[in-house]
Amino acid sequence: MAEWLKDVEPLTLKGRIAVPYSWWVGDTGSRFLMSLRDDRKILGTKCPSCGTVFVPPRKNCGRCFVDIEEWVEVAAEGVIEAHTIVHYAYPVQPVKPPFAYALIKLDGTDVGFLHLIKKDLDKIKNGLRVKAKFKEERTGSILDIDSFELI
Amino acid sequence: MGRRVAIVGVGQTYHKSHRPDVTSREMIREAVTAALADAELTIRDIDAIVIGNMDHFESINYVDTYSVEGSGGVMKPIMKVSTGGTTGATVAIAAYYHVASGLFDRVLAIGFEKNSESDTTGAIITCSDAIWDRFSYSGAIPSLATEATAYMEKYGATQEDAAIIGERDRNNALNNPFAHLRRPLTVADIMASPMLAYPIKLGDICPRSDGACACVLAADGVAQKIARKPAWFKAAAVRHTYTWFGDSTDYNKGLVSMQRASKDAYQQAGITKPAEEIDVAELYLPYTWAGLKWIEDIGFCGPGEGVRFVRDGNTHMGGKIPVNPSGGVISTNCIGATAMLRVAEAAIQVMGRGGKRQVPDVKNALATGFGGCFWSDVVILSTERP
Repeated sequence: MAEWLKDVEPLTLKGRIAVPYSWWVGDTGSRFLMSLRDDRKILGTKCPSCGTVFVPPRKNCGRCFVDIEEWVEVAAEGVIEAHTIVHYAYPVQPVKPPFAYALIKLDGTDVGFLHLIKKDLDKIKNGLRVKAKFKEERTGSILDIDSFELI
Repeated sequence: MGRRVAIVGVGQTYHKSHRPDVTSREMIREAVTAALADAELTIRDIDAIVIGNMDHFESINYVDTYSVEGSGGVMKPIMKVSTGGTTGATVAIAAYYHVASGLFDRVLAIGFEKNSESDTTGAIITCSDAIWDRFSYSGAIPSLATEATAYMEKYGATQEDAAIIGERDRNNALNNPFAHLRRPLTVADIMASPMLAYPIKLGDICPRSDGACACVLAADGVAQKIARKPAWFKAAAVRHTYTWFGDSTDYNKGLVSMQRASKDAYQQAGITKPAEEIDVAELYLPYTWAGLKWIEDIGFCGPGEGVRFVRDGNTHMGGKIPVNPSGGVISTNCIGATAMLRVAEAAIQVMGRGGKRQVPDVKNALATGFGGCFWSDVVILSTERP
């Protein structure tokens, strides 16, 4: 035992900071979420300079540093580029394990789209095709897509 | 001695209570695009970026990374600097160090905040010591109110005296198209506003704004090619006292960090009579009383002379040393950008681009940042290459 602990009790002060946040999604992101909610459609934006199709959509291209105006509807299906199967539970995770986080390259896009796979976890592999499954009750959130499923 | 450095372009957003149309990243880009346009440069001309905001305000801890699409920092040297209320000025000073070091010729400095996305007080209390000060004396208003009562006691200043500062700055904001609050506020309005913590009333304190500001800094030899009239750094000083509220301010001595930073800045700039040699000041005055007390600490007048100095019109537009032609913090307060707006507005005055808020014939302009547990930054910009 450390010498000082014989005379001094190591006290702590209990604290908790709960700061509520409401992040404005912005006009570009809101249009994307509304489309998920109202039309079950996934929208992206296309850089006029390098042609990259981003999903979720971007208001400007970071690399070219130009505004992006062009909207494109992208497919609700694509290819698993990379994934991991989660076995541990943690409060911030959107669903209970086991489930997979996957980077999915939707057809017609140039960047990975981060989402969940809940079924057939023993069968999923990079390179396999998956399709979005929309929730019946949608609120304007990225989780209006419930998950992706193997085709 | 570092290289000489100048501000050669500034940009800011139209500041508002909330910006539902953009994310922080998208809002940052508005300021960056404006600053680059002002300097007639593109993002490719920028060698490095310094960015800052308030920790916890948007719950984005790594804004240097988060912001790259908006800042233009993709694959460039970029780092975050966050020092509380002083952040914007410290970011500008860090960018100045970047260029002065000789390592970078053109550096972008960015400050931003979206106050509308969180609870400002809930986030701001994290500046104070978790064990001793946080739960007893936290948030901006109580500590400032204590400073004000000490000043009233010592010099007999009245609430009406302080309200003149609010009236002055809010009136100045009418000349600034970018200001958040652009309605006049009179001494009577301020006196009639609800008491928050004696003697601070709602009309005495700054608002919460969404907004961003960016400055382009360039090295000697480069700056002259970019701007017709660069705003040269003559001085930059940063001073922190203690983090314990009880230690950081001897209320009878004044705001010690501001006194020391000013003294250092005047020495760097070779200024011996501030009120005579400074032509305009953009001061981080988060509440009206600061406009009386802190001008004493900055040395525009002697201790206890603030009320007389202000009542004589010295700090109003057309006076000896106009303070806050932009409308100041009382009119616009996107906190991580607030202190940079002081530096940017000082640069605008030096460059002669102030439009309706321009003070004639500005040679030297002084800007301050203030933050957290009573610490201070001071910047002096000049038409004169040091």
